[in-house]
Amino acid sequence: IIFQGEGCRTVPLSGHVGFDSLPDQLVNKSVNHGFCFNILCVGETGLGKSTLMDTLFNTKFEGDPASHSQPGVQLKSNTYDLQESNVNLKLTIVSTVGFGDQINKEDSYKPIVEFIDAQFEAYLQEELKIKRVLHNYHDTRIHACLYFIAPTGHSLKSLDLVTMKKLDSKVNIIPIIAKSDAISKSELTKFKIKITSELVSNGVQIYQFPTDDESVAEINGTMNAHLPFAVIGSTEELKIGNKMMKARQYPWGTVQVENETHCDFVKLREMLIRVNMEDLREQTHTRHYELYRRCKLEEMGFKDTDPDSKPFSLQETYEAKRNEFLGELQKKEEAMRQMFVQRVKEKEAELKEAEKELHEKFDRLKKLHQDEKKKLEDKKKSLDDEVNAFKQRKTAAELLQSQAQQAGGSQTLKRDKERKK
Amino acid sequence: PCAGPVESKNEAAMSELVPEPRQKPAVPMKPMGINANLLGYIGIDTIIEQMRKKTMKTGFDFNIMVVGQSGLGKSTLVNTLFKSQVSRKSSGWNREEKIPKTVEIKAIGHVIEEGGVKMKLTVIDTPGFGDQINNENCWEPIEKYINEQYEKFLKEEVNIARKKRIPDTRVHCCLYFISPTGHSLRPLDLEFMKHLSKVVNIIPVIAKADTMTLEEKIEFKQRVRKELEVNGIEFYPQKEFDEDLEDKTENDKIRQESMPFAVVGSDKEYQVNGKRVLGRKTPWGIIEVENLTHCEFALLRDFVIRTHLQDLKEVTHNIHYETYRAKRLNDNGGLPPMTTETEESHESNL
Repeated sequence: IIFQGEGCRTVPLSGHVGFDSLPDQLVNKSVNHGFCFNILCVGETGLGKSTLMDTLFNTKFEGDPASHSQPGVQLKSNTYDLQESNVNLKLTIVSTVGFGDQINKEDSYKPIVEFIDAQFEAYLQEELKIKRVLHNYHDTRIHACLYFIAPTGHSLKSLDLVTMKKLDSKVNIIPIIAKSDAISKSELTKFKIKITSELVSNGVQIYQFPTDDESVAEINGTMNAHLPFAVIGSTEELKIGNKMMKARQYPWGTVQVENETHCDFVKLREMLIRVNMEDLREQTHTRHYELYRRCKLEEMGFKDTDPDSKPFSLQETYEAKRNEFLGELQKKEEAMRQMFVQRVKEKEAELKEAEKELHEKFDRLKKLHQDEKKKLEDKKKSLDDEVNAFKQRKTAAELLQSQAQQAGGSQTLKRDKERKK
Repeated sequence: PCAGPVESKNEAAMSELVPEPRQKPAVPMKPMGINANLLGYIGIDTIIEQMRKKTMKTGFDFNIMVVGQSGLGKSTLVNTLFKSQVSRKSSGWNREEKIPKTVEIKAIGHVIEEGGVKMKLTVIDTPGFGDQINNENCWEPIEKYINEQYEKFLKEEVNIARKKRIPDTRVHCCLYFISPTGHSLRPLDLEFMKHLSKVVNIIPVIAKADTMTLEEKIEFKQRVRKELEVNGIEFYPQKEFDEDLEDKTENDKIRQESMPFAVVGSDKEYQVNGKRVLGRKTPWGIIEVENLTHCEFALLRDFVIRTHLQDLKEVTHNIHYETYRAKRLNDNGGLPPMTTETEESHESNL
């Protein structure tokens, strides 16, 4: 095989070929296929996560507000089919429920991390299958994590720092200050600076809008400086001037959601949806997923071998692992079998003991019974003897009596005769 | 340790991250459609532009293979297709060069750019195919090359630390040149296409079509189509991969009427009616390559480049490559996939 042109040279075209339609061909195929976008909202109960989603997507997603009495952190996920022009988007919104409500929040981040990992795992499992359908796979991996910061005006809570630190290598984090109409403009600037410096000093990697493409470098660069975005959400529309706008009405004034001097909502929407949605998806796949996959496979004992060794170290290692696993399985079986045999023996011995006891008891009873019987027989015998003896005496007595009567009778007769004379 | 079942709308607590049967993603499979309630513009349709920009930045790879006997005009045709000197013919190859004794595989790469789109085009030539006295199994080196590219890709894909973009050397399209005998397909043609249509997208073309009259062309095409059908050869676009009704209608027309394209190639320009056109000059006239009344080159070009280029790549990736991968993983000791009964029975034993 002869391969030339590794350091490929560019060749000029002498006319229109037509492969400049390639991006269109690709885009058309993607449009036919549909797109997926998955957002995870992490934040304490009551920070307006659902409202913000409703505001971002101009619609009322279902769901009731959660209570503060959740025993642990859970994740609630819903998928929606959105359509705009010819684009079909499968949007999945996942929200934390009960985050920050518990007294002990040490483990609060765990369900979130586990959820994110589970989506990676599902994808990995599909990728590792022999017969796989990757191009039709419904991608559930989280593309963007909006982290809702409470508008205290001071600094980040330790729960926030801990959680974000755990998430920053797994997902694109976009921190936002929720319900930011609670903070005044001057406080807000200080708050943002404080948050940014805390994130930096704790080494939390948040998502940076990409600046490598000249067409978006400028806007992305500017936006990066405005993080975290201070947002307000509202689905209520109020008449301001002669237009209907999304706003929140207070006695002292009306906060307009889409007014950039009031809050950063428009910036968030621009960045999240209109400029960087594709980049968020790509980063999730090429960076976060690859990291997960690499760690997972290494954890399972796979290694890359050097390029000229036998192919499929993955498969060979897998075979070895499988044998090891089967071996362990066998050992466990053996152990169980032994235990079973042991138990049987013990039970058998127990039963034998019991049997022996029963026999003894039976023997004892039998003896007792015999003794009693003998006693009774003896008694009977002596009684019989007595009866016999009595009979004899009786007979003897009767005899004597009859003899005595005869003699006495004759005497009586004699006396009677004498009298008569 | 067993993982508990995952509820679609509720908690997501997974207990262990050990190899276990595929987790059901915590997303309900039946999404709710929201079209009617969209008030105001959100901006999700901008994703098209975002995606387009990204793909333009990364550029594209395209690998096209040409197979056919010597002298059928393969190299010229490829140069005509891409309007540049991209084939073997232009890279120091000499017409006086001896025809090789066995089939050789020569891959030449160039970068071409048009309208801001950069494409790394690799033309894979197969000199020696069908040129020997005994051509038995001469498709084997070709099949071997194609499979080697799948293997290369698979190896990269299976790495722990993977490249951001795996270089794609897989053959996306194989143009098979049929000799314009006017009779029927040769046994070699049938054998080649039978074997290779299962591993790569084959587009049969009738070479040097300027030797046939219009009627001869139509008859020949019909006969070739019939023969391909009788022999069960599925050329690109394959019926079974039509994605929807629209595809099917469009492709049916191409399959049943246009293909195989009867083409003429040329890299020389002539003046015709005041215009510069690519053509072949003969004593009886100038054959204009891009004139649809003269030959079907323009149809082939539009088909391969302007409408189905991306699809050729996708069918290669989603179907041919996947077939190779599945077979390779299955043959490698009959290994079951990661989600296997051993794990499940392990769970039930505990």
